[in-house]
Amino acid sequence: MEFLAFLLRRLGWSLLVLLGLSVVIFTIARVVPGDPARMALGPTASADQVASLQESLGLNDPMFQQYATFLHGLARGDLGRSLLTEQSVTADIAKTFPATLELVICTILLAFALGVPLGVAAARWKDRWPDNLVRALAIGSAVMPTFFLALLLQILAGYVLNVLPTTGRLPGGIDFDAGWTGLVLVDSLIAGRGDVFLEAVRHLFLPTIALAAATMGQIARITRASMIDVSRQDYIEAARAFGVPDRLRMFKYMLRPAFVPPLTITGLEFASLIGNAFVVELIFSWPGMASYGIRAIVQKDLNAIMGVVMVSGVFFVVVNLMIDLLVGVVDPRVRIRGSRA
Amino acid sequence: MTALLSVRNLDVSFTTYGRRTQVLRDVSIDVPEGAQIALVGESGSGKTVLMKTVMGILPQPPAKVEGGAILFDDRDLLTMPERDRLRLRGTAMSMVFQDPMSSLNPVFTIYDQLGTILKHADRRLGRQRGRRERWARVLEVLEQVRMREPERVARSFPMQLSGGMRQRILIAMALLSEPRLLIADEPGTALDVTTQAQILNLLRDLVTRQNLALLMITHNLGVVRETSTYTYVMNQGRIVEQAPTAEIFAAPREAYTRELIAAVPRLTGRAT
Amino acid sequence: MSVSGQKPLSNAWQNWWRFSRNPTAVVGAIIVITSVTLALLAPYVTPFPEHVGAVVDFANRHQAPSAVHWFGTDNVGRDIFSRAIFGLRVSLLLAVVVLGLAIPVGVVLGLLAGYFGGWVEIVIMRVTDIALAIPPLVMALAVAAVLTPSLTNSMLAIALLWWTWHTRLIYSITRQLRSQEFVEAAETLGASRAHILFREILPNCVSAIAVKTSLDAGFVILIGAALSFLGLGIQPPTPDLGTMVASGASFLPDYWWESVLPGCAILFVAMGFNLLGDGLRDLFDVEDVR
Repeated sequence: MEFLAFLLRRLGWSLLVLLGLSVVIFTIARVVPGDPARMALGPTASADQVASLQESLGLNDPMFQQYATFLHGLARGDLGRSLLTEQSVTADIAKTFPATLELVICTILLAFALGVPLGVAAARWKDRWPDNLVRALAIGSAVMPTFFLALLLQILAGYVLNVLPTTGRLPGGIDFDAGWTGLVLVDSLIAGRGDVFLEAVRHLFLPTIALAAATMGQIARITRASMIDVSRQDYIEAARAFGVPDRLRMFKYMLRPAFVPPLTITGLEFASLIGNAFVVELIFSWPGMASYGIRAIVQKDLNAIMGVVMVSGVFFVVVNLMIDLLVGVVDPRVRIRGSRA
Repeated sequence: MTALLSVRNLDVSFTTYGRRTQVLRDVSIDVPEGAQIALVGESGSGKTVLMKTVMGILPQPPAKVEGGAILFDDRDLLTMPERDRLRLRGTAMSMVFQDPMSSLNPVFTIYDQLGTILKHADRRLGRQRGRRERWARVLEVLEQVRMREPERVARSFPMQLSGGMRQRILIAMALLSEPRLLIADEPGTALDVTTQAQILNLLRDLVTRQNLALLMITHNLGVVRETSTYTYVMNQGRIVEQAPTAEIFAAPREAYTRELIAAVPRLTGRAT
Repeated sequence: MSVSGQKPLSNAWQNWWRFSRNPTAVVGAIIVITSVTLALLAPYVTPFPEHVGAVVDFANRHQAPSAVHWFGTDNVGRDIFSRAIFGLRVSLLLAVVVLGLAIPVGVVLGLLAGYFGGWVEIVIMRVTDIALAIPPLVMALAVAAVLTPSLTNSMLAIALLWWTWHTRLIYSITRQLRSQEFVEAAETLGASRAHILFREILPNCVSAIAVKTSLDAGFVILIGAALSFLGLGIQPPTPDLGTMVASGASFLPDYWWESVLPGCAILFVAMGFNLLGDGLRDLFDVEDVR
């Protein structure tokens, strides 16, 4: 019950965060630029055109009322119209978001699948060569500029070795859109299209590695530190004194309590992962939300920019709620006491 | 007398920041079968290092055993094959941990932790015990340490239990595989005086009833008087005085022992 | 374990011993000092300082790395090594400005939230929660889109979000310290709040701030490089490492050095700060600072 209360409280705070985020975005989009209508139409537009757009965007209303309208739209999932595609921003993002989601899910899975074992190995052989290797790898991947790694991977695997596709989500010849989950990996399996699935995996390979490197390094580092921290606890010494075998001690007694910090860090730093996704999508021409966002920024498409930032924020909040749930599963202290630490 | 545990001329050093420090010098103690022995000294005197060396859980490095022998049943623990030593650890020789707050894994239930220890002790000793028997044995030791509602306790997480209960679980943990030697490292110091008295009382009863040898490690001479018949006094890594407990209190020879007796407040009242 | 009659090791000796045995810290310090020195002395130490401007020397374009041009030359024949060293200036300037703005704000807010608690804590910590949800890179992009793309705007956008990390860090330390005896003693003696915050609590945060600052410098440099890679950094012809990677990328893989070597320069300086921070963390034993 305490756990449910904990989750509900977190949910409440999350809604507040989103509300705050809407204020920030509204400020950036409507207050900072001075005249959004002039900005949208460009310097060549006539004063009449600007005035009529101002009128239709509601820019002549008082600021507070504009915010209320914006918030009202937001609550209904209406992010306004994109000036560029002339579609509703919500529809545009709904079309591009699954590609980003697929990339991010694969990235997080890969980062944990590599980072946790590396961190465990480093802690197990602390100050010996595996530890030094992992630490070097962790620091290297954490300080590797994502765009630089993406470029290098593209050149190496794509042009030099010529083994993997370097752009897009699927080859030009395959037109696959089942429209169920929007995740090609999942949809192709449901549709029984093994060929599409394989192509999707091949296309995901490079962008996922480029995006996962920084997170993987961070996870390996945190896992190492928290494993070492846990290994110094009295209860691990007790387990040793009572003859609990090494392997069981590592993977059960230590990893379980040590697993919480990497999870929470991933949640906290999820925003920078989304930021990096922008760069990676751009370089690999990945047809996701970030590519849409970058286009919007170049074209000064205000509604689209606001929509993309807002959806990034919602993404962050949802991921963090899921992590809270996971932390509760891993650590009974959170479950029972209904709070962290 | 042949001692169950006999530490002979043990030397242990630590290397920190590139400098070697001798922490045990020529330490010899004997714990006969069924006897209750105390090892007393201030924190930093080396008594915890001695206990960890005996249990084989001393982190090496930074520590290093420089010389001496530790005989258990006349076999040297320091030279016997690792396999044999593992067979003794947590079974024939067992220990009660000091801090009830930090010595239990916070993310597993009491049964999970005790059951795992029992399972692996059985495996090392080549004993067969099924799940149901294991559950029964865990409940049995929980009852031995006077736990009410042992089933509920077994299903609890440590944070759901009081300090006194957790300390009793640490004792139960030590009793799981019918040890012959119990090493207790200042049990209950972290608890309030009344609870500590109850814990010591329980420990004394268990030791006499099951005829266990007890090595009580403490800085508290009150505890020594309550729980032992023979006492070693340790200072700066050496045994400085040894005598039957009554003699130590009646006529301490060393200035250091007199200081200890004068300085440490007495454990008030025998809780029954 | 403080047995034996030897005199205790001095603090300075322990610190020095640990620092010198900590290869990451030493290497990190060397890299950071080298980078800063090179950046400061750029006009004097680079072989072709005049190549910083809009110089064009088509005869020497796309030259591979050689004894004369260590990093080769770019598509208009400028020496990439000289430009990279000048590019370091932009990266370091970005780190100094962003952290110079973010740290004081973050630290003061963290102290206030941690010490006073109550509604001060609620307001400050909720605002940091909001800021955490926005990717700094995306924020900088959005600001650049609304205003004009420039280094100043990008720096402001990043600084606007960056203080949150320091607030969170100082908040958690302050909350632990608030109930410590030396703080309570100062309170009992009637010390002013400013005294307690800045003279009692702040000095205990210094090592954590040092570690965080060093690690952050590396990450700010990375974000700055990503921004200029996307064309939102300092405007040409002033050399900037991210921009150099981007413009060199169109000549990959044939003229690989034009993109790869400036990229390595970013990696080099970011790694220096990271290693130093990592080493300092071990030294000061502040494990939970990331």
